[in-house]
Amino acid sequence: MRIETMTRLLLLILLLPLGAQAAGGNEPSLDRAPIDIKDAASIQRGAQVFVNYCLNCHSAQYMRYNRLTDIGLTEKQIAENLMFATTKVGDTMTVAAPAKAAAQWFGAAPPDLSVIARSRGADWLYSYLRSYYRDDARSTGWNNTVFPNVGMPNVLWELQGQQVLKVSEHEGAHGKEQVRSLVLETPGTMSAPAYDRLVADLVNYLVFMGEPVRSQRMQMGYGVLLGLAVLFVLVYLLKKEYWKDIH
Amino acid sequence: MTRSQAVLSWIDERFPLTKLWKEHLAEYYAPKNFNFWYYFGSLALLVLVLQIVTGIFLTMNYKPDAAQAFGSVEYIMRDVPGGWIIRYMHSTGASMFFVVVYLHMFRALLYGSHRKPRELLWVLGVLIYLCLMAEAFFGYLLPWGQMSYWGAQVIVNLFGAVPLIGEDLAVWIRGDYVVSDATLNRFFAFHVIAIPLVLLGLVVAHIIALHEVGSNNPDGVEIKKTKDPSGKPVDGIPFHPYYTVKDMVGVVVFLAVFSFIIFFAPEMGGYFLEYNNFIPADPLKTPTHIAPVWYFTPFYAMLRAVPAFAGTQFWGVLVMGAAVVILFALPWLDRSPVKSIRYRGPVYKFALALFVVSFVVLGYLGVKPTDFLGKIGELDTAVILARLFTAVYFLFFLLMPWYTRIDSTKPEPKRLTH
Repeated sequence: MRIETMTRLLLLILLLPLGAQAAGGNEPSLDRAPIDIKDAASIQRGAQVFVNYCLNCHSAQYMRYNRLTDIGLTEKQIAENLMFATTKVGDTMTVAAPAKAAAQWFGAAPPDLSVIARSRGADWLYSYLRSYYRDDARSTGWNNTVFPNVGMPNVLWELQGQQVLKVSEHEGAHGKEQVRSLVLETPGTMSAPAYDRLVADLVNYLVFMGEPVRSQRMQMGYGVLLGLAVLFVLVYLLKKEYWKDIH
Repeated sequence: MTRSQAVLSWIDERFPLTKLWKEHLAEYYAPKNFNFWYYFGSLALLVLVLQIVTGIFLTMNYKPDAAQAFGSVEYIMRDVPGGWIIRYMHSTGASMFFVVVYLHMFRALLYGSHRKPRELLWVLGVLIYLCLMAEAFFGYLLPWGQMSYWGAQVIVNLFGAVPLIGEDLAVWIRGDYVVSDATLNRFFAFHVIAIPLVLLGLVVAHIIALHEVGSNNPDGVEIKKTKDPSGKPVDGIPFHPYYTVKDMVGVVVFLAVFSFIIFFAPEMGGYFLEYNNFIPADPLKTPTHIAPVWYFTPFYAMLRAVPAFAGTQFWGVLVMGAAVVILFALPWLDRSPVKSIRYRGPVYKFALALFVVSFVVLGYLGVKPTDFLGKIGELDTAVILARLFTAVYFLFFLLMPWYTRIDSTKPEPKRLTH
């Protein structure tokens, strides 16, 4: 084998596993979250949903209210519309409910959501928040196909309505196959597409909150790469010049 | 004499500045035919410096305290000006260090850079690699995420598998019965001072050894054997300015790759920053699937491949340790009359290719759960594969004295070719 071929082969082998997913196991299939991190209006709507529905039980203890200025809000807007638990705009998003009591109510303390989008991923969150169904076997009356036996009830049920789990059997390629599907039995105040949009906005906000610097980071990246490209031309010409006598 | 010359000679009478400059840069003669593979030595040095500098800035805001560690990392990511870029440089730098070092080591296998008279150079290099593994392991606990915690738990428990003294040894390492605040504090001490100190010393020794024997090259020919009347190697060129300007090209290309990761994919699909590590460490909740970071996974796959025997898991630990320790013996296992792959026969080329494949496959198996390929009979398919490639990994070394001797080789040239 020639060295060039080997070099190329090695690079290929080294880069291959990057395409693969790190997580394994037989997870339920997830829907792709239709989010756009550049859509500030969507993140703002998501922030509204977050403080209204999530922030009562879940904290975001690493997120400061005034960081919301990154998505185009003024400190005045933040203080008037989004702050219920504190008066200082530099405070982090904490909750009044003590973690111990919450653990008793739900079986587990509601996790902090500051970086939830970084551990779970946007697709998981988007699918999870749309996969609640009625289950009388659970003490909360709710269950979830993405997160079975979850402690949290469907907080958004008035908007989404109530889904039920339908299990049907049919003949598939490998004998009898079970098909599990969620059916909306009692409609909520929102239509299904409007509810999906609301969840997408919320997930968009959670992704923003997981790494507020994200859009700034990418913007900076283009500049840095451009600078390095210019530098490459310069050092390459310098090298050529020095090496022209070496044979 | 100009003023600057006067200053220089004042210094030279008291400190060998000009002498060091000449010996290590301006009059250090390197073979003129270095190729792509020869960038990774200087790049490893660059990453070392980057890790030390970014590390210093991180310690200014990081808190080695089980109750505050996770939060202090988020504080760095959000509230410290420029903190996120320093942190991403450090986390990406850790992985890139291993990328660069693995390629640097592979270069030695390609061109026989471990062979006489560079045996000590290679041994020092393997020591650096060992230090690097320790440094990465200690550092990985510091963010105090779930993978930090449980990864450390798994590795420390390996020491618990040592017969007789194992349990006491594990407690001694942790400073507690489980990984805890005490463990975090001592790992921090090892990560920021103990190991870096040893690492720096070894790197200096590595470079001194290199400059004593001179660099190898893609032809595996000793350039010192052919000198001109003034005593300079005919095929050598001064490291400075020739290789300083050439390495600058390598540095810029490397920085472009490095920056791309930092600015556009700092998690690198969960390989550089694992998703589960964004969940704070919870001693009561074991993750269903614990995978070390990618650079340890070949050895982790070997560990899982070895079955328990006589009531102990210790054999897996032994095999994993042996996989690293065997690298020390490499210069004495290779019996080929030639150094470079250019003049070696098909047997070595085949063996090396097989070795690379086994290392990469083991690395891939190490990130996956053992049951991800299903079962063959009683056994997990992935475990069978891991056993097979563990055997290939070791046979590459153990059979080397034999296959390098019987291999047909081409005659080495006297001078460098182009």
